[in-house]
This record gives sequence, structure tokens and C-alpha cells, in this order.
Amino acid sequence: MRRVYFDRAAASPVHPDVLEAMIPYFKDNFGNPQSPYTEGGLALEAVGRARAQVASLVGVEPGEIHFTASGSEANNMALKGLALARRSKGDHLVISAVEHVSVINSAKWLEKLGFKITTVPVDSEGRVDPQAVESAITPATVLVSVMTANNEVGTVQPVEDIAAVCRSRDVLFHTDAVAAAGNIPVDAARWQVDALSLAGDQFYGPKGTGALFIRKGIKVLPLIDGGVQEAGRRAGTENVAGIVGLGQAAEIAAGDMESRTAPLAALRDRLIDELPERTGHVVVTGARRARLPHHASFCVRFVEGEAMVLSLDAKGVAAASGSACSSKSLRASHVLLAMGLDHATAQGSVVFTLQAGASREDLDYLLGIFPPIVERLRAMSPLYTEFLKSRS
Amino acid sequence: MYTDKVMDHFLNPRNVGTIDEADGVGQVGNPVCGDMMTFYIKVKDDRLEDIKFQTFGCGAAIAVSSMVSEMAKGKNLAEAMAITNELVARELGGLPKNKMHCSNLGADALHEAIRDYKKKKGEPLPPEDEASEAAGHEDDEPD
Repeated sequence: MRRVYFDRAAASPVHPDVLEAMIPYFKDNFGNPQSPYTEGGLALEAVGRARAQVASLVGVEPGEIHFTASGSEANNMALKGLALARRSKGDHLVISAVEHVSVINSAKWLEKLGFKITTVPVDSEGRVDPQAVESAITPATVLVSVMTANNEVGTVQPVEDIAAVCRSRDVLFHTDAVAAAGNIPVDAARWQVDALSLAGDQFYGPKGTGALFIRKGIKVLPLIDGGVQEAGRRAGTENVAGIVGLGQAAEIAAGDMESRTAPLAALRDRLIDELPERTGHVVVTGARRARLPHHASFCVRFVEGEAMVLSLDAKGVAAASGSACSSKSLRASHVLLAMGLDHATAQGSVVFTLQAGASREDLDYLLGIFPPIVERLRAMSPLYTEFLKSRS
Repeated sequence: MYTDKVMDHFLNPRNVGTIDEADGVGQVGNPVCGDMMTFYIKVKDDRLEDIKFQTFGCGAAIAVSSMVSEMAKGKNLAEAMAITNELVARELGGLPKNKMHCSNLGADALHEAIRDYKKKKGEPLPPEDEASEAAGHEDDEPD
């Protein structure tokens, strides 16, 4: 059976050149970057090269990049590390309602330590209003964190405007660019953000790799204490092969961004146009224009997301859902609820993230199998029966 | 993550539908928790002559409903009332731990339908299921 993989946000194969770049660092070049002899020197050089590659992807200096083991870790380090380093200056943070859980739960952790959190709402497309951020800032605010693009609905935020607001109020601004970096142009220097998180597995790099940019001169409290790695800000022997892979993936993403994403954006647009039309009673979630190029997300009324995901899988298509039942936490997506969708509609969430090489035929296949899947589930849905009755 | 039996009942559910002149109708769940089940029954000589259900929910919820309908069809009302959510899960070869609470409400929905039937007939009502009220998620709070 045909297999169509449309859940790249969850995982993707590493780019062949990335794998090739990594392999020597598992074998002959196994050294510890902190060792003062030849093997160490080779490893240190490789980590330095990767640091420059990652810095270049987001338009910053290599010395401002700190490697982590994931995007979630980078977000934890940004929220906790930056807030705690500024505790004497204030105790207030501003985040948006659609942040990744690694940001939201880091903020909750800080709340337990006495920080106060203001959560800025979003509009029906999941967009944060820079004016709302400005109104949320108080004299006690030490950090604002708003993501660059949302992983569940694909909406790209007006990060540059939010950064300007924060700068004018002399407040640090962090952006979680995990879903964005490597997929759309990200320029931390031009946007003048103070900190930015990214993750290698979102642009064909290895899982378990991430980085946090922190602008030079800004203090951060380390979360992992130990040795001198990452300028003493994140201890632990470097994951050299992973870092090399992240660097290689960053270089390829920077070079091939347009040629890699343009074909996906065309498929995405067709998916967003045709899936609702062919299926009926489907809401497109997220922004139409300011949107990740590989991301299409919907809420299908009267059916539940996990049931759709399982049915799609049985027909050879991998997709994701933000429904309560498809999350281990059994909660509907906070992002969809923040956008004003009711619970029943949010339960019908289905998300497709396309990966390089996705073809028209893949899309034709999905568009062919999707309406009957929904029809089958609606035929057994009491909500659909109620809806039909209410119309007759 | 699901057993083959769950997937079979999810992909080929038995007894899906509604009954126009049902003798009893039972509904449990709500869209907040993500699962809703409606059971329709036809009763003849104290036996469940026919059962139909409709379910809005995940794979487990649909499989559970299908399994309950299969287990209960043809049984007398006392036997049907003795079917528990745990028995249904066991019959399906087990359910993931996080689905036991929220999606495993099929027996409750069937019992609601039987209570509805008895109420209409003016017969004494069997006791309510405890689990159906507590189908929220608040006690799963990670902290």
C-alpha cells in the first residue's frame, strides 16, 4: 500500500548529507571537545563549525549560540534561565496563549517560585496582537516570550513588531522559533530579539538537538550546572555528532530554503483549498497567508481527531491531531481553544505537515481517501445525527 | 498502541446506527472529554432484542461501543446490567491506561438506555453507574 507521511512536525528522516556529516563523529572523530590533545581538537573544531552554521541560519554570531538537547530544553533555558537571572529587577512574565507547552509549563514552574504570568490572548487565526503585548507589560516585567510560528495551526506571528514593543519598554524578548527556523527566514539580529530557540529535527536534522540564541551580554542562569561547556551556561559533554548534524542541517536549510519550501507551499495551498470543499463542514485553522509553508490544519466537525488519524493510518497516511483523545494528557489543544473554537469542534482537529519530496500524487491520494473516512465516522456520530435533525 | 481486537472493532464496528422507535435511549460523555456515546435498545420479553449505537470519539470509544453492543445483544436485562466497563476492556484485549477512564463508557451508556426503558415502563430503576459522572480529566492533572 502507498505510504504518505504528512506528519513532519513529529519526525522526519535526516537529510542524507546530514547523516553523512555525522557518522565520522561516532567513529574515528570520537574525541571530547574539552580534551587538550588532537582528538579533542578535532571535535572542538567540528562543534565550532556547527555553531557558525546555526548562527548563520538565524543571523547571529556563533558565540551567541548555545547547544541544547531539544527545542523544549532551549525554551526551558530561555524562560527559567533569563527570568531567574533577572529576579532582582522584577517578577513578571508575558507569554501568549498559544505557546508550546515547554514555554507554558516553564512559566507555570516560575509561577510556583513567585513570578507572575500574564497570558496574552490571540485572535481567531491564532495571531498575537503586538498592542496586547504592550498593554501586558508592567514595570515589573522581565521577559516576554511569543513564538515565531505555531506548531499546531501554522500561524506566523508578527515577531518583529513584538520585539520592537519589548525594546521600547526595555524588556527582554524571547521567541520560540522551533517550528519556524529552517522553514521560513528567521533573522534574530534584524528582528532584534534577545533570545531564540530552535530544534534540528524540524528541518531534517537529528532528533535530540536544539539551540538557544542569547544576545551577547545578556545574563542567563544555567539550568544544568557542571563543567565549562557552552560557556558554562549548559554543562555536559557535547553531543558532538548531533551538533554536527544540526549544523549541517542548518546550512542546507539556509541554502535551499526557497527551493525546498516553495513546492510544499503549493501543495499546502491546494490542500487548504480542496480538503474543506470535498469534505464539507471543515474549518481551516490558523492564518491563511502568514503561515508555515508546509503546514495545513483543520477542524472537521462532528468527528474526533484520533479516529481520523487511525483511519488515515489504516489507509496509509500519517497525520496528527490536537484532539483530547490523541493527546496523552487527554486535553483538547489549548491553541484551538484559545482561538475561540468550542470543544466539540476542537476535538475534530487534524494536522498535516508536508515533507520534502511530497508529490501531487500523495496529495491526490489523501484528498481521495479523506472524504469517505469522514463520512464513515460521521455516520456513527451522534453529533452529526443531531445536526441533521436540527436542519430538517 | 491499540490491540488488534480494538482496531477490528474500530474499523468494522458492529451495530452502528439508531432505532427510530427505541424502547430505551442512553447517552453518556460530552465533547469536552472528547467522547459521546448514545445507545438505543429494543426490548422483548426482558431481552435486548436489538441494540444500536452512535459514538463521537476516538478509536477506543468506538471499539468499546461496538464491543458492548455485541456482548449485550440477546442478553436479558439483568445480564446486560452486569456488564461492566472493565469486562468490556478485558474482552477487547485491554485498553491503554489513559483510555480506561474517558473512552471506556460503553457499558454505562447501555445501562442508561436500560434505565430509560425501565423508567418508561414504571419499573424500579437499577442503581446508577458511578464512573459515568466522573468522566472528566481533572484528577489527571500532571502536578
